[in-house]
Amino acid sequence: MTTLDQKLGQPWKKPPFIQRAWLRWGLLLGFAAYLIAAFLTIEVNWSRVYEGLERGKQFILAFTSPDFVTRSGDIWEGMLESIIMTVAASVIGIAISIPIALGAARNVAPLPVYLICRSIIAISRALQEIIVAILLVAIFGFGPLAGFLTLSFATIGFLSKLLAEDIESMDRVQAEAIKASGASWLQWINYGVQPQVMPRLIGLSMYRIDINFRESAILGLVGAGGIGATLNTSFDRYEYDTAAAILLIIIVIVMALEYLSGIIRARVQ
Amino acid sequence: MPVHDWKGQKVWQLRTQRESLAHWVMWLVGVAIFAYCWQQISQATTWAFVWDAPRIAGDIWTRATPPRWEYITQLGEPIWDTLNIATMGTIISLILAVPVAFLAARNTTPSALFIRPIALLIIVSTRSINSLIWALLLIAIIGPGVFAGVIAIAIRSIGFCAKLLYEAIEEIDETQVEAITATGASRWQVMAYGIVPQILPAFAGIAVFRWDINIRESTVLGLVGAGGIGLQLSASLNILAWPQVALILLVILAAVVISEWVSAKVRGAII
Repeated sequence: MTTLDQKLGQPWKKPPFIQRAWLRWGLLLGFAAYLIAAFLTIEVNWSRVYEGLERGKQFILAFTSPDFVTRSGDIWEGMLESIIMTVAASVIGIAISIPIALGAARNVAPLPVYLICRSIIAISRALQEIIVAILLVAIFGFGPLAGFLTLSFATIGFLSKLLAEDIESMDRVQAEAIKASGASWLQWINYGVQPQVMPRLIGLSMYRIDINFRESAILGLVGAGGIGATLNTSFDRYEYDTAAAILLIIIVIVMALEYLSGIIRARVQ
Repeated sequence: MPVHDWKGQKVWQLRTQRESLAHWVMWLVGVAIFAYCWQQISQATTWAFVWDAPRIAGDIWTRATPPRWEYITQLGEPIWDTLNIATMGTIISLILAVPVAFLAARNTTPSALFIRPIALLIIVSTRSINSLIWALLLIAIIGPGVFAGVIAIAIRSIGFCAKLLYEAIEEIDETQVEAITATGASRWQVMAYGIVPQILPAFAGIAVFRWDINIRESTVLGLVGAGGIGLQLSASLNILAWPQVALILLVILAAVVISEWVSAKVRGAII
């Protein structure tokens, strides 16, 4: 123990973030060693990068004069398909994730149901959208159906997990009051649980729609429909002005969705 | 309270007539939009393939099992690359995100009118474009390879880190800042002793959280040619070597689970 007398007269020093000295230095040294190793193994073709700077400049300049017109047909079709996939997948995904969320909440579901639902969530969260999309394209063929299924599957993992956590942390008193009035299980869920988690469900759904739209923009890379295919083609053909136009549309839609979800969340909470 | 008369009796209702009408119209529009979307998807689908899907899935499953375990010797380097892409990308993005976050936070921004909107624009635009698209773009610009992957991850993470960080900065306790200011500290000293210690735990948490997400994302960056284990995945898919694909997917799954475990442990230790 350091007493006040010992500390008096000593200049003050900022306390370190990690208290134990050996751990602090060990972590720092290990991290530095790793960084050096990583730097050494990354091969950078600097002449290629230097050549690329010119193209990079062109791309940035393309943002000042995006070309919405030349490929407007392709852009419109791709965007519409992305939006359609987003809407359909969000609706189905949210509809499926509600019962799974109920099953994955320990205070609502019995243990066997809880374990099954939790494992569904774990599988859905561990697999990335793009990998699921590759497999589903191989199984169902090219087109928006594979993208729709991918996004629905991903929505289930995300929404069920967060909703289940919300259900688990709900206020027991209200739910018990409904139960005490002689409500059936369904009535108990509908009047005791649902009103408590509804604001969170709406907020999460809006957020997930936003994510689904962003993800739908890349599913086209593996043939699962949406704007990604058009974007990929325009990069491959070095048509930066078209690519810039597509990226700008994506950014604007995402911003609009975020703004909208902000308004809706403010209203329900 | 919405009440309506029914045979001389007053009956309680949840909504007034106008409200319930609006409610129904909303549902009708929603269902109509969904029906239209479904019809469009259905039109673009070859249903013969879909009915055939269970057989195809079974076929792929028999081809993919058992995984080709000996292939793992060739996966060491791609995994190392993947780890590097995620870690270096996270570090670079944090270096870039810190100034953006300070410029975007209401209480530290030098000019709320001019600089804050620019910072917010950077946050939104980097966040709304997926790392795969950034990788596509960077490959067209600086050529395929690990470097493009690192930069793609770095750019994509700026928005995420800066957003969480500036929210943390806006939530700091102003009294501590005031106390430091009262000792006659300069602007930078206030920053270093008043603000930084308050956001450091949040910063560390964000860094680890984003690193975890970046591990996930860097495993698939190779699909477009940006290095890492995704390169092996797309090569194996192209030659229809399903046993190799199965092994790679298992490795990716393990990497994701391990990184999530590490990040959960570290965040638990910090917070």
